Amino acid sequence: MEEIKLIIDGRRLDGRGFDELRPIKIEAGFLNRADGSCYLEMGGNKVVAAVYGPREVHPKHLEDPSKAIIRYRYSMAPFSVEERKRPGPDRRSIEISKVSREALEPVIMKELFPRSAIDIFVEVLQADAGSRTACLNAASVALIDAGVPMRGIVTSVAVAKVDGVLVLDPMKEEDNYGEADIPFAFLIRNGKIESITLLQMDGKVTREELKIALEMAKKGAMQIYQLQREAVLKKYIREEVIE
Amino acid sequence: MNDILMEVRRDYVLAKIREGERIDGRAFDEVRPIEIRTGLIGKAEGSAYVKLGNTQVVAGVKMQIGEPFPDTPDQGIIITNAELVPLASPTFEPGPPDENAIELARVVDRGIRQSEAVDLKKLCIEEGEKVWMIFIDIWALDDDGNLMDASALAAIAALLNTMVPAERFEVGDDYPLPVRDLPVAITSLVFEDKILVDPCRDELSVGKNTITITTDQDDNIVSIQKSGPFLLSEKAFEDVLDVSIEKAREVRKLLAEV
Repeated sequence: MEEIKLIIDGRRLDGRGFDELRPIKIEAGFLNRADGSCYLEMGGNKVVAAVYGPREVHPKHLEDPSKAIIRYRYSMAPFSVEERKRPGPDRRSIEISKVSREALEPVIMKELFPRSAIDIFVEVLQADAGSRTACLNAASVALIDAGVPMRGIVTSVAVAKVDGVLVLDPMKEEDNYGEADIPFAFLIRNGKIESITLLQMDGKVTREELKIALEMAKKGAMQIYQLQREAVLKKYIREEVIE
Repeated sequence: MNDILMEVRRDYVLAKIREGERIDGRAFDEVRPIEIRTGLIGKAEGSAYVKLGNTQVVAGVKMQIGEPFPDTPDQGIIITNAELVPLASPTFEPGPPDENAIELARVVDRGIRQSEAVDLKKLCIEEGEKVWMIFIDIWALDDDGNLMDASALAAIAALLNTMVPAERFEVGDDYPLPVRDLPVAITSLVFEDKILVDPCRDELSVGKNTITITTDQDDNIVSIQKSGPFLLSEKAFEDVLDVSIEKAREVRKLLAEV
């Protein structure tokens, strides 16, 4: 196969600098039926997140008498990718759903809602690279929109290694032909990054590169966090004006 | 009844951890004794049995010829599957792989794939038409905690033991599968910034909050998976990286003897 150059003259294929995010657009409260929702674009990703609950648990035997159960379903529309994807969960979606749920669970104050369920559904309408990070960012805003009490906000972004350098928020080509992909999610509380809630990696990086990747991801996450905040504020300020 | 026993055990594990000890007397960074046996399944192209403490796993490799993926016409294919069969634990149920089995298989797969342990280009028979497909199947036998590391070890040991069945498919003579790296996964339980390497089942009763770091023989990190609903501090992350690289070197020595 021909070699694909991903960095030309110190710039990425879409002209971004190494530590630059793709354009992001966030709208809180995008859906009517859901208790909380969010539409989010991150580069070529277009995703919708909905939160239902806290509500009754079905099936009943899944109930936890001490806290709410959290369910997270990551799903990709068949038309979201180049080659039609068969609808329904595949192995990749099941794994993404698991780690994403585990990223949100310690942040949601689930002990306040025993015997109930909080369901988070995310649909990828168009996938670019980093759809799991886009979905988590949207889910986090949807949870706030639903009024679910949380210890902070979850913000997610990936770092990739391409042509030997680390880049923030990789796009499709960088994800496909890069040497490593490292999705992160953080708990941000009182405007500060407190801890890591999601961390995966596949590829090949050194110990030192990982350290740098973490710093890059933290800087990127703080920018996304500001946009998530603005999206929430915008919805509630507008509602006040209508009154 | 089981719940009460679980609570008691959990309290005991917690008390020990706070005293700076582990229930089985191991150091925090100590891996349980490892036994690796290969070639026990004659019908498989490669196989390995791994015992990690009291956790037991068998991995088998089967190979066949198939069509390459359209985006990698000159490369062989690796497919990794794991089954948490009900004989291995009272909590495992029959049926298709659940999210835990899928995660297990995918993390093992990433370690092998990203370390480039198997040169997939060498598995091409006819570009765009015929390539070797390697099926790695991981069968859990006894879950006493950390099936992840036992499975990853069994998978690479089985590959080291694999003979490519070329004669049977009439494409030449059989030859040993070329394996050029030894990825090793090290899983640790993270509890209040303490790192417990290779947790046993009782230790996992405090919460299945683990992180798996897979490294190659040059100490590169080839896979990371945070698993479990917990908050990971940056300090714990740094610590777990250091200890995993160090422990993987130890375990890799055992693999080199296979």
